[in-house]
Amino acid sequence: MSILVVMEQRAVQGPPAWSRMSWETLAAGQQLSGELQQPVSAAVLGQGIESLAAELTGKKLDHVYAVEHDLLKDYTPDTYTAAVRQLVEQTQAGIVIFPHTYQVRDFLPKLATALGRVAVSDVIAHRIEDGKPVLVRQLFQGKLNVDVRFTGAPPYFASLQAGAYRADHVEAGSAPLPVEKFTPQLTPSRIQPLDLFREAQRAVDLTAAEIIVSVGRGIKEADNIPIVQKLADALGAELAASRPICDSGWLPMERQVGSSGQTVAPKMYLAVGISGAIQHLVGMKGSKIIVAINKDANAPIFEVADYGIVGDLFQVVPALVEEIKKGKS
Amino acid sequence: MKIIVCIKQVPARDSQLRVAPSGAWIQDADLSYEINEPDAYALEEGLQLKEKHGGEVVVLCAGPARAAQTIREALAKGADRAIHIEEEDLRAFDALGAARLLAAALGPEKPDLVLTGLQSDDLGYGQTGVILAELLGLPHATIIMQVEMQEGSIRVKRELEDGWFQHVRMPLPALLTIQSGINKLRYATLMGIKKAKNKEIRNVTAAGLGANSGAASIQLSRVYLPGRSKQTQLFDGPPKEAAAKLVEKLKFEARVI
Repeated sequence: MSILVVMEQRAVQGPPAWSRMSWETLAAGQQLSGELQQPVSAAVLGQGIESLAAELTGKKLDHVYAVEHDLLKDYTPDTYTAAVRQLVEQTQAGIVIFPHTYQVRDFLPKLATALGRVAVSDVIAHRIEDGKPVLVRQLFQGKLNVDVRFTGAPPYFASLQAGAYRADHVEAGSAPLPVEKFTPQLTPSRIQPLDLFREAQRAVDLTAAEIIVSVGRGIKEADNIPIVQKLADALGAELAASRPICDSGWLPMERQVGSSGQTVAPKMYLAVGISGAIQHLVGMKGSKIIVAINKDANAPIFEVADYGIVGDLFQVVPALVEEIKKGKS
Repeated sequence: MKIIVCIKQVPARDSQLRVAPSGAWIQDADLSYEINEPDAYALEEGLQLKEKHGGEVVVLCAGPARAAQTIREALAKGADRAIHIEEEDLRAFDALGAARLLAAALGPEKPDLVLTGLQSDDLGYGQTGVILAELLGLPHATIIMQVEMQEGSIRVKRELEDGWFQHVRMPLPALLTIQSGINKLRYATLMGIKKAKNKEIRNVTAAGLGANSGAASIQLSRVYLPGRSKQTQLFDGPPKEAAAKLVEKLKFEARVI
């Protein structure tokens, strides 16, 4: 049951470049290879990807595949699905793993369906039982975990959550490998990718803040935002928010922390009324000190918090402001 | 234009979840339920497209009898009719099996556009829409933040990582998975609630659709509370005391204030 790691590259600005999460996936593939005593290969798809493929040749792998075609230059789910499917069939890979990126979310379910399988998405860990992988993923926005097993015949498909495996664990190989070129048979997609763009420049750079006070659904309504603004002011902090707050227009989008907003790592991140869905955690879990205030003791935010208060934010936050001010006077 | 919006009923966001003694699932008897949040945005997008371009919005939901409440709320917001695939326990269906159910109900409707939320708040696979597109042979795009109808095609704005977006164009019929925040959700009006009582909800079953769960290709074997990756110091007691303890720690232990 050989392992295939499908790396991701993107040409957003300039030539194709790796999606960083790909290295985490490669490390996971190498780990699985050791645990299952099975060969592991890596593939990169695109056009003009020779130098990226060359970077893989120095890693501890059994094969490096460069899947090249003019129709893979710009991503579409149709062409990527066809290309990976043909590679999987050609190489008879048993376990095929991907980084859980927005692109993978767009085509992996299609690929698995085309082969009559279900991909296990957003995996956070694994273990081996009876010679088979058991994958761990989250349910209910991170409130619970679940063990998932593959049933039926391979190939098995999985995508791995950002940060679940460590890119610096990628092992170098003993001798350089050749790049094996694979040219898939493709027809043009029905889906036409157009311009890539960013919205107007962000006026607020949260990444520069030393302290961030961030607010989530627990604040209940827009009129309550000043309660946390007072806390931010007392600490000299920037005010940020989880996605639902910005979706509702209670704070501007540019103050959003998380996978679709900014990624921050301040000295202190104070999460108020934020349950800690993974989309939020990936944007702030690198913070040095994390403080959480939440009424639910089982909220996932407490899994990453250094300090926490389980309680009603409408009572706790004003008390906190008073204590901070007391210390300063 | 016929738009079908797939919606799911999930436990309310602020539910206190407890694992069932069997460890196979949560204790779901006394939970309250609501529409899956991204699906609410998909519904709103469908309603806005209909208001702009005319046509019909049909809501499709697979779930037990209690899901009728969520369906009725969607009708009250303005959907024209609904199809309820009534199955007491969908856990025998993996993501592919569930999508096959939806596809069986959806196919004969011949929609121009199918909308789903990008993921569910309970299982969170984020796959049903894309699987459905593949089963129906439709082009698709995911995590959509804007939809523009053009002559026989649509142009959509896909969200990517780190604040990037991409425009994508595709022919109709097509399927889109909608991101939360694409629009502003409406509330049902009193008139809407009244009208909803007379709108059609067609009840079907998996057996009636000629669909079954098939052999699942993945199996959820055990549900549990996640372990903590950090040793969290928790402070309790009256808010004032807890706040004082926290500030002391932040000053003298963490030295961040």
